Amino acid sequence: MTTPIVAFLFLLLPVASLAAGPGGVPLRSAEVDITDQASLQRGARLFVNYCLSCHSARYMRYSQMGKGLGLTDDQVQDNLMFAADKIAQPMDVAMSLGDAKRWFGNPPPDLSVVARSRGADWLYTYMLTFYKDDDPARPYGVNNLVFKDVGMPDVLWELRGIQVPVYGEAGDAHGAETAAIADLALQTPGLRTPAEFSRDMRDLVNFLVFVGEPAQAKRHRVGLWVLAFIILFFIVSYALYREYWKDVH
Amino acid sequence: MNGTRTGLLSWIDERFPLTKLWNEHLAQYYAPKNFNFWYFFGSLALVVLIVQFLSGIWLAMYYKPDAQFAFSSVEYIMRDVEWGWLIRYLHSTGASAFFVVVYLHMFRGILYGSYKSPRELLWLVGVVIYVVLMAEAFMGYLLPWGQMSYWGAQVIISLFGAIPGIGEALTTWIRGDYVVSDATLNRFFALHVVALPIALLGLIVVHIMALHEVGSNNPDGVEIKKNKDENGIPRDGIPFHPYYSVKDIMGVAVFLFLFSFVVFFVPEMGGWFLEHDNFVPADPLTTPEHIKPLWYFTPYYAILRAIPDKLTGVLAMGLAIVVFFFLPWIDRHPVKSVRYRSPLFKLLLALFAVTFVFLGYLGTQPAYPVLSELGLRFSELYFGFFVLLWAYSRDRSAGVFWTTLLVVLAVIGVIDWIRFDPSKSTLMMVSLLIPVVYFVGFLVLPMLTRLNESRPVPERLTAK
Repeated sequence: MTTPIVAFLFLLLPVASLAAGPGGVPLRSAEVDITDQASLQRGARLFVNYCLSCHSARYMRYSQMGKGLGLTDDQVQDNLMFAADKIAQPMDVAMSLGDAKRWFGNPPPDLSVVARSRGADWLYTYMLTFYKDDDPARPYGVNNLVFKDVGMPDVLWELRGIQVPVYGEAGDAHGAETAAIADLALQTPGLRTPAEFSRDMRDLVNFLVFVGEPAQAKRHRVGLWVLAFIILFFIVSYALYREYWKDVH
Repeated sequence: MNGTRTGLLSWIDERFPLTKLWNEHLAQYYAPKNFNFWYFFGSLALVVLIVQFLSGIWLAMYYKPDAQFAFSSVEYIMRDVEWGWLIRYLHSTGASAFFVVVYLHMFRGILYGSYKSPRELLWLVGVVIYVVLMAEAFMGYLLPWGQMSYWGAQVIISLFGAIPGIGEALTTWIRGDYVVSDATLNRFFALHVVALPIALLGLIVVHIMALHEVGSNNPDGVEIKKNKDENGIPRDGIPFHPYYSVKDIMGVAVFLFLFSFVVFFVPEMGGWFLEHDNFVPADPLTTPEHIKPLWYFTPYYAILRAIPDKLTGVLAMGLAIVVFFFLPWIDRHPVKSVRYRSPLFKLLLALFAVTFVFLGYLGTQPAYPVLSELGLRFSELYFGFFVLLWAYSRDRSAGVFWTTLLVVLAVIGVIDWIRFDPSKSTLMMVSLLIPVVYFVGFLVLPMLTRLNESRPVPERLTAK
């Protein structure tokens, strides 16, 4: 009986890893829930208003988004579709690649699967940790805790307000004391309170997680039926096995 | 009705050996009656093969092997193709499942000495299958054309560049370009969907034919063919069908449960089956921070990286795989099954499994000095396993053990002397304890104690 256990430990080994975010900044938990359609809808509104002018989600179609959000085609067309005229079109940007390169150096990346490459918690922390940086080398006067020297301006500053870094003493690996950002403090309040803004960002990340794989909800739903069927199948096959093996001594 | 059926069957049998094949390979193929848990993985490998063939055929209907469209076509499959996400996850999970199953299948062979006479050829064909499977997986991994696909291929192909003289020309020949590019993608697609699957299928047929010629080994390592009844049927054998067909179907059910759990609930397996960086389209101008192959290659990758000199590293990595071909001639101990081998052998084998898994872990980690030092030490244990397997393969005199110990320690000493780095001397000295304790323990204990004595092997199979 020990061999199966050993073998399953074998199987689980690859899972027991992957933690802490890159760069050493602790990531905040986004606690996304893609079954929360209200949250997805709020996230979609933020996305089309604030992100979609520069970032595309070109593998996502408006119609498919509507389906996942529980919205009719008309609702999507009236409320969320500003950059396309047919419901089955992908969520592309009007900005040309050439312009994007000229304006930003690097064209803003497509966000269709960004939640899968970066992970929800990273995106959430990224969205929450823009801060004012007076370094003249910074083109838009802001920086970010998890994405140092990011090229993106803080497009949500109006909602967020302006955050400034709070420095603390932190010993580095060699014991030398260096000034490091310990926390961010809100200097100028925005249109949303910090709690409201965090919720907005959770909605936005939730939406991006949905966009990363629109089939997720269906996958989970179908998966339960498949597993239930396999359990039944196992019971039958086990009974068959017992019946045949009765005469093996 | 029955008359028509036998009529049809005999009509076929006169023209094609249908009944003969059925009997030879299923209904009258006698397998030992004491197969345990480890004997599920052969049939499971076949199940995964079928899953990969079917899902692969359907993926190929929608996938575009073109550097411009490859990444997009995978997302198109994930979103716009009906059930495309399922087909893709079946295939990506199937790739990892294939290696899980094959590694357990191979470990079973080592546990019960299944590679020993008369099954050497069976084992050799199996190792060829393993190597072809690695090529198949490596080429398939380029196809999604993500960052890790691209840079993983770039790194692995560049290894051939270490070969003196022809290296550079060889890498260009493999890629069809000076870097991994559209040409590479196209040829890898051709090899992945046509050439290697055909080779794999043929080799598996040969593997099964060889198995049915010599008969299955079993957890006791006793030959059931040595004890036949008056009809020439092994007394400890049972017909594969229906006994093992029904048992294997039960195993398939358990496997499918675990497999489906991954497919439907954790298809990325936390980045182990689908790497996060592979959701960024391939970009020849941006090297990812940390390039690592998928988990099933990482033990070898750790060995490669542990050695500072590129050519030596490539040779060591190659040897780490090639050494499996020689297993039947390295280990010639008459006792097949681990059940009756010595306590020291059991420990040795357990440590080999630990070494393999730990090297696999190291291969996924960034090359910090401590980790690459451990990588080298565990590479020494990896190869050490085969040396000790040879030393244990029959009753040796103390002189052989002492000589082996001296040679091994001298080799380790020379390696440390060549790679000596004053800034890492403490680390090197401390980690040196790992191989020293390992070799001294395994080579001195057989002389001082009775820990390397095998137990008597029974005449007949023991109860299950």
